[in-house]
Amino acid sequence: MSDTAIRMEQVYKKFRKGETYNSLRDLLPALTGRMFQQQELSAGDKREFWAVQDLSFEVKQGEAFGIIGHNGAGKSTALKMLSRVMKPTKGRMVVKGRLSALIEVSAGFHQDLTGRENIFLNGTILGMTKREIQSKLDQIIAFSGIEEFIDTPVKRYSSGMYARLGFSVAAHVDPEVLIVDEVLSVGDYAFQQRCIERMREVLRGGAAVLFVSHNLKMVAEFCHRCLLLEKGQTVMIGTPQEVVSTYLQKPTNGHVADHGSGPVSISSVKIRNQDGECMQFRSGEKAWVDVELTARTHCNKLALTLYILDDKLMEIFDTSTDLLGHGNFDLDEGDAYRCTFEVSLNLADGTYHPSVLIYRRDIQMIYDRWEPAATIYVSSGGGVRGIANCFPQVIRQEIYQAVDATVVGGA
Amino acid sequence: MKEELKELYRYRELLYMIAYRDIKVRYKQSIMGFMWAILMPVLIVLSGVVVRYAYAMASHAPLKTVDIANVAVKSLPWAFLVSSIRFACLSLINNKDLVTKIYFPKEIFPIAAVLASLFDFVVASGALIILLLVLRIGWSPYLAWTPALLLTMVLLAAGIGMIVSAASLYFRDVKFIVEVFLTFGIFFTPVFYDASMFGDKGKWLLLNPMSPILDGFGAAIARHQSPDLWWFAYSLVCTLLIFLGGYVFFKHLEPGFAESI
Repeated sequence: MSDTAIRMEQVYKKFRKGETYNSLRDLLPALTGRMFQQQELSAGDKREFWAVQDLSFEVKQGEAFGIIGHNGAGKSTALKMLSRVMKPTKGRMVVKGRLSALIEVSAGFHQDLTGRENIFLNGTILGMTKREIQSKLDQIIAFSGIEEFIDTPVKRYSSGMYARLGFSVAAHVDPEVLIVDEVLSVGDYAFQQRCIERMREVLRGGAAVLFVSHNLKMVAEFCHRCLLLEKGQTVMIGTPQEVVSTYLQKPTNGHVADHGSGPVSISSVKIRNQDGECMQFRSGEKAWVDVELTARTHCNKLALTLYILDDKLMEIFDTSTDLLGHGNFDLDEGDAYRCTFEVSLNLADGTYHPSVLIYRRDIQMIYDRWEPAATIYVSSGGGVRGIANCFPQVIRQEIYQAVDATVVGGA
Repeated sequence: MKEELKELYRYRELLYMIAYRDIKVRYKQSIMGFMWAILMPVLIVLSGVVVRYAYAMASHAPLKTVDIANVAVKSLPWAFLVSSIRFACLSLINNKDLVTKIYFPKEIFPIAAVLASLFDFVVASGALIILLLVLRIGWSPYLAWTPALLLTMVLLAAGIGMIVSAASLYFRDVKFIVEVFLTFGIFFTPVFYDASMFGDKGKWLLLNPMSPILDGFGAAIARHQSPDLWWFAYSLVCTLLIFLGGYVFFKHLEPGFAESI
């Protein structure tokens, strides 16, 4: 089709696990070792894994396409292949037009140069010509909101200023294909809104936008279509709403197979209120989280952690059997273990993900983790926003005549 | 390869920008600033003069101003070669973020390192010209050889720079090997002495492609002679082979940079 901006056709990418040889001193013994031991070679093959498998999708001009997935699902690898930093092992991909990738926008900055010099440097790196930058310089500086410090070396910048300057430069590239990877997580709320607005502009100008983020809300609001990646494989492509909800439900099943091979594994997590298992909770209500473990071998010094993520998958709460004064426990081979946490859900309206992990305390080794273990919806009936519900009330409100200060002073 | 060269041309502004950055950054927060660019060549010239003085004492021949000029003229290109290879060697590793995150032709880094060293070379040349005027060396029509010699020198540095930068990205040993070669290379290259001092055996020293270039500079500028054409032709062929070979080598390895660095 003519209006296709990005097309990926059965793209695969293979990586090697474990160390690569960065010096001859490591390489030579490894090579000779391989020559004499044929088994080594097949063991080496086992160390390879596919970061992305059979990835196919198409993005049209003027379309915003989101990619979501857990850490390590292959999102960044996919983007790096698109931006041509990495070469696919197999498969075909076509990108039409000038591509601009906002993957760590401040990568091109040099600490010792001033903000202004870095605008030119980073702008050129992102593909603008010097003249183009010159003509947009005022806009870029205004967008970043750091006019005062523009002639200060960026090493004296705060991390927020640093990122804002980076994004401002990147936002003024006029791309036909824009790739955005998690750059919006920096900066305050107002700046994020400005960035989204700018991305909408780019979109209206007929460019295709590929957006990768852990901020599900933003993905759902901004994207037309969405792709869910899980361990390098495409789970589904659909409307953001469909995909986000699949993503949130998926892990409960997905994680059993993945992590159930350690010495101790989580076998079930249930969350309930006083009436039994449920997903809908009232703000402030008590909830009980039942966790069951089974031990495959003898395990020492275990502790169980319960934590809650918000809809952006930010951790907002964390506790453990250990922190709650129950110390750590040992399990023998074949032992089962059950624990119930009681929590008060003093949370504002929203979607939350209780998660659990089991770890060995002394060596801080995580044996199994369900993240999220469940998805719950909390409603307060209005009146609060944010994450926590502090149960506010207005207990006094009055309108009164202010005493005129000048009159009092003159008297 | 034609496509790749075209792409490099499209990214030429970036090349200038990176070279500009390298120059600027090198002397930021230093009081002497660009004067440092002169210090190293001056030291090399001085050590050359000391060595030449020792020769003169040993052979009971007077030390002539031509000899001093000759050493001075050859020292600068040598300092340029050393500094460009040294900076080029680390250019990819030091720009890890850009190598792994943003696409553009990566040969820009070693080439920019060479251009930044060329800037130092130009600054130092200003000082050299003053020295030559003071020594009343004068000029001859053979000065016309200088541009060709300069171009060969830059191409050679760029070729070696591309090879060592790509190789050191995969194997960090390379930077140590390069450092050893750069430190001792001056003894195997006719910088402080002339290949002709060795008589017939001198030709072995000229096999180093940099040697005929240095000798050419000495001949054209200080000694008012024509460079040895055969040896210069040899050096030019070697340089072109190293440059093109280095470019092909670099481009061949480039797709793996992001995952191997």
